[in-house]
Amino acid sequence: MGILRGKLLPPVLAILFSALLCGIALLVSGANPVDAFGVMVSQVGQGTTAVDIINSTGTYYIAALAVAIGFQMNLFNIGVEGQYRVAAVVAAVVGGSLALPPGLHALVVILVAALVGALWAAIPAVLKVTRGVNEVISTIMMNGLALGLAAYLIREDVFGELRGNNIRTPEIPESGWVPGIPLGSAGTVFGLVFLAALLGVGYWVMMNRTRFGFELKASGESATAAAAGGVNAKKMVLVAMLLSGGIAGLVSMPEILGRDHTYNLNFPAGLGFAGIAIALLGRNHPGGIAFGALLWAFLDKSGLALDNVGVPREIVTIMQGAIVLSVVVAYEVVRRFELAAEQRRVGKQLGTVGAS
Amino acid sequence: MRRRMRGIAVAAIALTSVLSMAACAKDNGGSSSGSANNNASGGCKLADKPPVAGAGTSSSSAGEKVDGSALKVGLAYDIGGRGDASFNDSAAAGLDKAKADFGVAEVKELTAAPNEAEDAKQTRLRQLASEGFNPIIGVGFAYAESLKVVAPEFPNVKFAIVDGAVDGAANVTPLVFAEEEGSFLAGVIAAYQSKSCHVGFVGGVKIPLIQKFDAGFEQGAKAAAPEIKIEKKYLTPAGDFTGFQEPTKGQEAAKGQIEAGADVLYHAAGASGKGVFSAAKSANVKAIGVDSDQYHQTTVADSKDVIVSSMLKRVDVAVYDFVKAVAKNDLANFPKVFDLKVDGVGYSTSGDKIDDNLKQVLDGYKSQIIEGKIKVTDKPSS
Repeated sequence: MGILRGKLLPPVLAILFSALLCGIALLVSGANPVDAFGVMVSQVGQGTTAVDIINSTGTYYIAALAVAIGFQMNLFNIGVEGQYRVAAVVAAVVGGSLALPPGLHALVVILVAALVGALWAAIPAVLKVTRGVNEVISTIMMNGLALGLAAYLIREDVFGELRGNNIRTPEIPESGWVPGIPLGSAGTVFGLVFLAALLGVGYWVMMNRTRFGFELKASGESATAAAAGGVNAKKMVLVAMLLSGGIAGLVSMPEILGRDHTYNLNFPAGLGFAGIAIALLGRNHPGGIAFGALLWAFLDKSGLALDNVGVPREIVTIMQGAIVLSVVVAYEVVRRFELAAEQRRVGKQLGTVGAS
Repeated sequence: MRRRMRGIAVAAIALTSVLSMAACAKDNGGSSSGSANNNASGGCKLADKPPVAGAGTSSSSAGEKVDGSALKVGLAYDIGGRGDASFNDSAAAGLDKAKADFGVAEVKELTAAPNEAEDAKQTRLRQLASEGFNPIIGVGFAYAESLKVVAPEFPNVKFAIVDGAVDGAANVTPLVFAEEEGSFLAGVIAAYQSKSCHVGFVGGVKIPLIQKFDAGFEQGAKAAAPEIKIEKKYLTPAGDFTGFQEPTKGQEAAKGQIEAGADVLYHAAGASGKGVFSAAKSANVKAIGVDSDQYHQTTVADSKDVIVSSMLKRVDVAVYDFVKAVAKNDLANFPKVFDLKVDGVGYSTSGDKIDDNLKQVLDGYKSQIIEGKIKVTDKPSS
C-alpha cells in the first residue's frame, strides 16, 4: 500500500495543484473557473470530441512510450519529434508509390515508418557510443534536420504534389488504409489506436518479463553496477535508442493510415515534446503513461471549447506546463517524506533493540 | 459649330500629349540625374516605363442596401488570429465592415493554434456550424482538409475558405487571390525606391502560397530594373509554421539582407514582419508591408515611417463581398479569383511615399497585367 501511495499520490497532487493554479489564472483574467472547467467537461459529449480524444490518446501514447524506453536507462531522447516526422514523410512517400494487396500494403508502410524512425535515432545513438556525444544535444539538432529534410522531400520536384496552396505526398491508395471503427456522427476511431495499446502491452512485457528489460532498468539505476554485472553499456544505449526511434516512427501512423493518407503541410508538430511530458507524468509505467496520454488528449481537445466561450485557450497550455512541473516536484516531496518516515521507523526499531 | 468642336478636340489632344511629354521629361530627370529625394547614390538603371494606363478603372461599389440581420457569421482564423497585423487582421476588418454595413446579427471568431492537429480545425468549424453560424469562413488554406470533412456534414451552411479550394463540396466558396500580381507591383515599387539597386524579400514559411509573393516580387523588380539584385530568405521550411509568428527571426533575416546591401525589404511573413520593420527602422532603410495597409496598423506603429507601401491582399474585400453575396443570396456572380482586375490585390499609398511619377508607372504595369500583356508567374525562379 505504501508503494501504491508513493506512485499515485504525486500525480494526483500535481493535477490538483495545476488545476488550482489554472483556477487562479482564470480568476485573475476575469473568467469563472468553474464555468471554464464545466465547458471543458461538457465538450466531451459534443460532436466528435470524444472520439478525437481517443484517437489523440493513441498518438500521444505511442510518443510517450518512445520517450519512456529511453528514460528507463536515463537516455533523454528529445528527438522523437524529428523521428516521427521523417518516418511519416518517408512512409507516406513509400505508401503512395506502392501497389500491394490490402493489409500487406499497410503493414509495409508501418514497417517502413518504424525502420526510418529507428535509423534517424541511430545517428545520435552511434555518435553517443563511439564519440560520447550527449544525446540531448544531438537529438535536438536532428529535429532541426528532420524539418528540413521533410520540407525537401515534399518539394514538387522531389516527391510532393501541389494541391491548391498545399503541398503533399501522393495519396496512399485505398489498399494501404487501415479501417477504423465508424461511430456515425461521433466520428471514426482509428484502427491503429489498437496498435498503441498493443505497443503498451509489449512494453510492459519487455520491461518486466525479459532479460533485456531487466538490463535496461539496471543500466538506468546504476550504469557502473550494471557494467559490473556483465551488461554491455554501449550495446544497451544503441538498442534502447533504436527501439525508442522505431516506436517514435509509428507516432503519426494512426492519422496517416486512418485519415489523411498523405503527409501534407498541416502535419501536426509537437507530439514528441508532449510525449516527454506524458512519460514524465506516467513515470514510464505503461498504465501511468496511458492515463497521462488520456489527460493530455482531454485537455487538448476540450480546450478548444474554451475559445468558444471567450476564455483564452492558452489556459490549457498553462495547465499542461503546471502539471509537468508539479509532478516532478511532487514525486521528490513524496520520496523525501517516505524516506524520512522509513528512517524514523528503522531508527525506532534500532532504538528498541539498543535499549533492551 | 462642327469645326469648332474639332478644333477643341485637336487642342485637347495636343495639350495632353504635351503634358505627358512634360511628365516623361520630369521622370527621366528623376532617374538619371539622381533626384534629390530618392536617388542620392545612383539607384537602379530603370527599364522603359510601361505605357500610361487608360482612364481610371471602374470601381462600382455604390452603396446599395443589403440586409444581413438574419446572418450569424462565424470566422475561424489561422494561427495569429486577430491582431497578427497581417491577413487575419484583414479578414477581421472585412468582417467588422460587413457587420456594420449589413447589420449582421452575431459574429463569432475562433483562432487556430500553431502546428495543431487536423481534428482541432474540424472541431472548430463544427462548433460554429452546430451553433447556427451561417455563413462560416475559414481563414487560411489550412482549413481546406477539414472543410472537406465538415462541409458535407452541414449541407445548408455556406462555407468559404480564404486561400484555398475544396474539391467536390458545393457549399464551400473559395476566396483566392492573385498574390503574384500584387507582389509584382511591390517589386516595381521596391526597384524605384532602392538607392543601391538591391532589394530583399523575407518569406515566413517556404510554402507555395508564400512563393507566389516571392515570384511576383522578383518579376516586378526585374521588369522595372533588369539589373537589380534580390536577396531572399524564408524563415522556416515547409511544415514548420512558426515562421509566421516570430518577429525575432524576421528581424535577423532582415538584418542579414540589409548587411548584404538591400535597402528596400518586402515581407510576406505574417506577424514575423514586425521584426522586418524594426530592422529596417534601425538601419534606416525602407520596407514594404503585406496583406493589410500596414502603415495604419497599431502593432507596427513605431516603425511605420519606414513603410513606403503595402501589397494589399484584400481579404477584407473578399470576406465582405462573400457575406454580402450570402445576404443577397447571390453567390453565382462571385469572382473566381481576386486579382488586380477586381481590385482583389493592389498597393497602398498611405504615408505619401509614392510620388505621382511612380503611381503612373504602377498604373501602367497594372493595366498591362489586367490586359494580359504581362503574365505574372506564381513560381519563383530559385
